[in-house]
Formats: sequence, structure tokens, C-alpha cells
Amino acid sequence: MTIKVRARQVNRAFQVKNDLGKKEILTVLNHFDLDIQEGEFLSILGPSGCGKSTFLNILAGLDDYDQGDIRVDQEVLQKRSFDRGMVFQSYALLPWRTVLENLEIGLEIRRVRKKERREIARRYLGLVGLSSFANQYPHQLSGGMRQRVAIARVLAYQPNLLLMDEPFAALDAQTRETMQIELLRIWEADKKTILFVTHSIDEAILLSDRVAIMTARTGQVKEIIDIDLPRPRTEEIRSSVEFTRIRQNVWGLLKDEVLKAQNYARDCAEL
Amino acid sequence: MFLKKAIARINDIFFRSVGLLLFFLLWEAAPRLDWVRPTYMSPPSAVFRAIYLLALRGELSKHFFISLQRVLLGLLVSVVVGISFGLFIGYFKSIERYLDLLFQAFRQMSAFALFPVFILLFGLSELSKTIIIFWASLWPVLLNTSTGVKHVDKVLIQSAKSMGASRSFIFRKIILPAAAPEIFTGIRLGGSYCVMAVVAAEMIGATAGLGYLVMYSQETFNIPEMYAGIVSLAALGLGLNYALHSVEKFFTSWKQAIGAGE
Repeated sequence: MTIKVRARQVNRAFQVKNDLGKKEILTVLNHFDLDIQEGEFLSILGPSGCGKSTFLNILAGLDDYDQGDIRVDQEVLQKRSFDRGMVFQSYALLPWRTVLENLEIGLEIRRVRKKERREIARRYLGLVGLSSFANQYPHQLSGGMRQRVAIARVLAYQPNLLLMDEPFAALDAQTRETMQIELLRIWEADKKTILFVTHSIDEAILLSDRVAIMTARTGQVKEIIDIDLPRPRTEEIRSSVEFTRIRQNVWGLLKDEVLKAQNYARDCAEL
Repeated sequence: MFLKKAIARINDIFFRSVGLLLFFLLWEAAPRLDWVRPTYMSPPSAVFRAIYLLALRGELSKHFFISLQRVLLGLLVSVVVGISFGLFIGYFKSIERYLDLLFQAFRQMSAFALFPVFILLFGLSELSKTIIIFWASLWPVLLNTSTGVKHVDKVLIQSAKSMGASRSFIFRKIILPAAAPEIFTGIRLGGSYCVMAVVAAEMIGATAGLGYLVMYSQETFNIPEMYAGIVSLAALGLGLNYALHSVEKFFTSWKQAIGAGE
């Protein structure tokens, strides 16, 4: 297996103002190590504020890192690249563009010609089953449909690395579950490398080949768990014995970190 | 189906005009029933007659188009200057800190109060007239543009950035269209300020224009023509607003769809 992304000893700290208005340094990533393999679906799971989104933003070129070494395909991470695409929790669709035009934006950035753009956009819109909505505006769609458009947009852009920042967190429970299966179906087709950030244990297990669990305050990966569930995975797998066993295991590892994060928040409040 | 639509449209126009019609009725009655002195207030029937006669003599269109020309010139300059500066200030947020108070103060500074200054500097020329109109409409355009740019949803920019978009791409394809609705609001506001300012500009040292017509008629005690000028000014303002609204609708049609959908 080739390694797609290799992060070594990555540090990232922000200067923040605490409750007393004093400046303090908040370390978000601290000697952070992670390898992402080519073609794998890796989830990062952790309590809020553990730095999982920060790492994603760094990979997307939206944030800097202070120290460390990050390589994508053996090359040092570039801030601007046509190689990565990100899906955001809030969809990030352009409200003045129709669904089809939204799908074209990434290709426009890559200067693909108009005719070809249209074709590719239509193909990926079909892939997420929204062909009949091509000329609608985003606000005319439901949340789940919008997120499908956002996923189709990033796929149409054809990146080698897909970054997903809690993409289903804003959806209702049922839509969320169908979207997870939908994402799996799409991913099975070409198995692009996906880095998926979530704080839902079930979501991470259902989707991933591996789940990286982060520590609460020290900004590191605590443990990486292999998810040996067979693929292609379906809805039924959620209720399997194996799923439950993995769930117990992951929860055991995560529980301490969640408690730590809560204690930290309480300490901060008491100060 | 078509007939039904036409009737609905006429109905709509009628209901919207109820207030205006009642006002005209009251206006007609007031001088006729001697509630006010007819010498000071001509009834609308006399005013519309005056408008008709002015139009017949070709004077109405002369004054109207001169005013319109001044308004459009002033508005055009303030749109160009206001949008460029507004984009610049909104985009480079750090600059705004130094300029905000200055601009807020300028905005509060009435164009009418500054007119004597412009006259001192530029004489009673077309230039000083254009400048007062420009000044009146510049600030809404500029400040709305910079607000529009500042309020662009950050995640839209991040999304484009993550796909490797250049700064110029983000500016042209994300920031500009996202700020467009606010920019158009500024232009429409600026347009109505222009119509107000042109009156003031034409009341001093002008030989033509609707503002001049109003002032001149008052001085020569041609009261119906004075009201004719005032009514024409209202029509000019309404027409300009309608035109700007149509342009806005054309460029931000997606926004209208939002209104209809929800």
C-alpha cells in the first residue's frame, strides 16, 4: 500500500483570549502523526476541540501549521493545489448558481472548457441521482439534497484526496443514515482516498477502513482501529454483532477523552 | 387563463393606487372648497393641465431630460467610484479600520450643506452640480458595497480555496456575485439621493432642469407650473427607481427565486 498523506510531528497552536481576557496559547496539534493510505477511507474521531478539523483545514490549504512535516504523494504539502477537495458541514453551495453551475465551479478553477465542464457536471449529478434538479437553485433543495450536490461538486472536480468535515452533522437522523450509505455507494465506485472528520462513532465505523481516535487536549492520535467489516457495507451491518463489538471498543477508547474534554471545559468555566 | 391574469394585474394596480387616488381627491378638494388658498395650492386638475401645456411647448421634456442627464451622470460616477472603493475597502479589512469613522462622517455630511463649498471651488458650473449629485449618492453605494464584501459567507471562499482557486478567481466568481445584492441596494438608494440632490443643484444658478422649473415658476408666481415641476420630479424618481430595480432583478434573479420559494 502506498501512503497518500504522511504527517509527522505537526504542531499547530493558536493565540486565543481566555475568559479573563488574557491572551493564552492554545495548542491544537502537538507532535501529531498520521499516515493516510492511498484509496482508504479514514475517519478521525474525537471530542470537540481536539484539533481534528484543524488538521483537515491544513490539508485543504485553509490553515497553516507551525512545525512538522506533511507530505502528500511524497511531496511537501502545497497550500494551493488542484488535488484536494473539501466537503463542508454547511454545504458551501453558491446560492446564485444553479445546481449544475455549482458542480462546474471546481472545473472552472481548473480551467476545463465549458462544454467538457457541462458534460462532467451532468455525469456526477446523475451519480448522486439529482439529474432532474440541474436547473434548480440550492435554496430550492432540502438539506440532504444540498449535501449530495456538494459531494457531487467535489467529485466532479476529480481530486485525489477528499476531505470531509462533518458533512452530515447538519442533517436529520434519517437523512444522515441514507447519506452515509449513499456516500459508501459512490466511494465504492472509484475508491478515492477520503479523510472524514466526525464525532459520531457509528458513522465512523460504518464508513471507514480505519478510525483514528484523537486525544482530548494533547492534539495527538491516541489509537488507530482497523474496521474489518466486509464491504460493500449496507444498512443491516449496523445491527451486526461485529459492529456492536467494534462500537464498544471505540467507545471505551473515546470515553476517557470525552470526559477529559468535559472536565477541561468545566475547569475553564470555574476559573 | 390569460384574461384571469390580466384582471388580477389590473386589480393589483388598483389596490396599490388607492392611497394615491385618495390623496389626489383630497388635493383637488382642498383648494376648491377653500380649505387652502387656491393661489398657493393649485388643484391636480390645474397641475395636470399645466403639465400638458408644458409638454406641448416642449419645455417639459427639455427640463426633464436635463435633470435626468444630470442624475445619470452623477450616479454613474458614484457607481464607478463607490463600487471600486467599496470593493477595495471591503476586501482589505485592515484598511477599513482607518477609514470607517471618516466615511461615516462624510456620509452624515449633507450634500446640500456642501453645495456652497462646491460653488466656491468650481463656480456655478455643471461640474459643481455633478459633484453635489455625486456626493449625495456616493456614500450609500460605497458603504453598501464594502458591507456586502465583508459579509460574504466565509465558507464559500474556503470551499473555492480548497479547490485551488486563485485570489482573482475568488474575487470575480465568489465575492463579487455574493456581494451583488447589497451593491444594488446601495445603487438604488444612491439613485433616490441623486434625484433629491439634483433639485438643490438646479435651484441655484441653473437655467434649465426640473429644479429650475420649480424655482422659476414660484418666483414668477406660476403656481400650477410649480406643482407640475414637483410632480414631474416625483415621476423622475419613481421611474429611476423602477429602472434600477429592473437592472437589479436582471442581475440577481436567483434572489427573487428565494422570495418566491419561501
